[in-house]
Amino acid sequence: MSLISAENIQKEYKTGEVTVKALKGLSFEIEPASFVSFVGPSGSGKTTLLNLIGCLDKPTDGKLTVAGTDVLHLDRKESASFRGNNIGFIFQDFNLLPVLTVYENIEYPLLMVQSVPVTERNKRVNALLEAVGMTEQRNKYPDQISGGQKQRVAVARALVTNPKLVLADEPTANLDHKTAYMVIDLMKKMRDEFKTTFIFSTHDQKIVGEAEIIYSLEDGELKGRDVKKGVGNG
Amino acid sequence: MGNLFKIAARNLLRYKRRTMLTASLITVGVVFVLVFISVSGSFKNMMIWQITDSMLGHMQVHRKGYVASIENLPLTMNLKPEEVKRLEDLLDKQSEVEAYSPRIKFGGGFSNFAETTNIRLNGVYPEREFKTVPLLASRIIEGKKSIEKGEIVVPVLLAKGMNVNMGDTVVIVTTNKDGSVNGKQFKVAGILESAVGPGGRDGYIHIEDARELLRMDEMEISEIAVRLKEFGGLSRFNEKLMGLLSKDLNSQGKPAFEVHTWETLSPFYNIAKMIDVMTFFIKLMLIAIVLISIMNVMIMAVYERIREIGTIAAIGTLPGKILSMFVIEGFCLGIVGALIGNIVGVSIILVLNLLKIKFNFAQQTGLLLVAKITPSDLIFISVTVIIVSVIASLQPAFKASRMEPIEALRHV
Repeated sequence: MSLISAENIQKEYKTGEVTVKALKGLSFEIEPASFVSFVGPSGSGKTTLLNLIGCLDKPTDGKLTVAGTDVLHLDRKESASFRGNNIGFIFQDFNLLPVLTVYENIEYPLLMVQSVPVTERNKRVNALLEAVGMTEQRNKYPDQISGGQKQRVAVARALVTNPKLVLADEPTANLDHKTAYMVIDLMKKMRDEFKTTFIFSTHDQKIVGEAEIIYSLEDGELKGRDVKKGVGNG
Repeated sequence: MGNLFKIAARNLLRYKRRTMLTASLITVGVVFVLVFISVSGSFKNMMIWQITDSMLGHMQVHRKGYVASIENLPLTMNLKPEEVKRLEDLLDKQSEVEAYSPRIKFGGGFSNFAETTNIRLNGVYPEREFKTVPLLASRIIEGKKSIEKGEIVVPVLLAKGMNVNMGDTVVIVTTNKDGSVNGKQFKVAGILESAVGPGGRDGYIHIEDARELLRMDEMEISEIAVRLKEFGGLSRFNEKLMGLLSKDLNSQGKPAFEVHTWETLSPFYNIAKMIDVMTFFIKLMLIAIVLISIMNVMIMAVYERIREIGTIAAIGTLPGKILSMFVIEGFCLGIVGALIGNIVGVSIILVLNLLKIKFNFAQQTGLLLVAKITPSDLIFISVTVIIVSVIASLQPAFKASRMEPIEALRHV
């Protein structure tokens, strides 16, 4: 069964009298534990699509199922709850909470979203700190670590709730090339270890090559799907 | 919940200067209110104490209708002996009563044999009067603190004006209730300091002399002044006494007695009320200060952290929890402001008391300012500040909780 199923999803924005069609009838399916990338130039609809999959926004038309849930009909509170239990987010600007330490940032979703008991929390956070190589920086605040380290913390935070899906919008845009590869490698490693589906958007052609399934977007339309040899139904 | 407080505290410390300024503003407000309450309360209590303990007593009982014409001191409206006995029997049984003093009040002419002027006099049982209005003895600035038969205690202004000194003989001339005039010689045994309010410039003689002067066949009393053990229980006892006396009816079938507390007998009650009104407005100002400063700082906090709000909302934090985060920040600011305000306010009050500041009240000079604040005042002010802080945080917090994560994340 597909983790994500999109049927003819459309998204329109109204700016005054003008209606902009950001997504024009996209249909696709993504299997569990995939490592997927949406690529395309700026304004092609990558972020809009990721926002729809991440239940941060709703399509104007079409059908979208994520982890077996028709996300179109979730209200505000249900959406928040669904995101908290099923989806992890990695942001372009890392978006770590500046008042929390590395450890506390990773712990945050377990504490404030899922209310996981302390023993289990410690176990999971420590395991992820080790997995992303940030154990020594656990007590540092975000402004005391580098950009690459911040994104590793963000990866750990996205994975700590054991989500079915992690969405990363341009996760390497603010990183140098070497660090960008390290972060993508880390994401892949995490996918292998936790069997979590990773979907990321990028316009960096070198990073795109790291994805196993690549969807190309242009002007809100799906222009192609490339699957690396030896991956799923490719 | 502990984690919400931890995050709130860290967010407040993130903008140290702003947090400090807001907390300082609340602190200044709390200090101002506490000092005002303590000083004005001290002045008010001093005023009430002077009025009740110098002349009026805590409350008075009269024949019905007497107070309406109290300025004339009508002898025709005195209480008859059987009515006095009824009242004395009743008051003797009340555990709340510490002392009471029957008085005959009347006006007359005061002569030093060279000139004559008007005087208002109280005929009293000295021991009972001194127990009921304990400050009376301290107002006798010359002479002994007692009044024997044939003696008069004269108010100082009258003594000076009439050039009367201790040991001098004076004559009091008065009209009794039948209209005939009578006079009697008295020896000046004391000079009485003036006091503010009704009765503050009255002279005192023994009640037996008053009876003789007024040619009363039997002892008729103008009023009974009552002193309670607990001044705080005044209004409760007033109601109780009115209830007990309500069944005593006169020949017209109307209540025979009327009971008045000092509040209805003294015009200074209006000043006391004015102090209460001023205190109320000062408290309102404090509420406004807290409301505006907390709301301002919380609106800024929400505006500055829109992307963070978007992040935590995207991660799955429920709107209620986001609301709590910001409300707790306001709550913490209120607590800190109230706490520091209480500490600084109480310290200032202690210093004021150590400085032994003196003030004048009407003719009375050198009264010591005793600034006092009760634990209930501290609790009331603190709870008000904290509640207002929470209310002020609600609007910005609600706005934060209702933000669309997608729009918040886009915010630059």
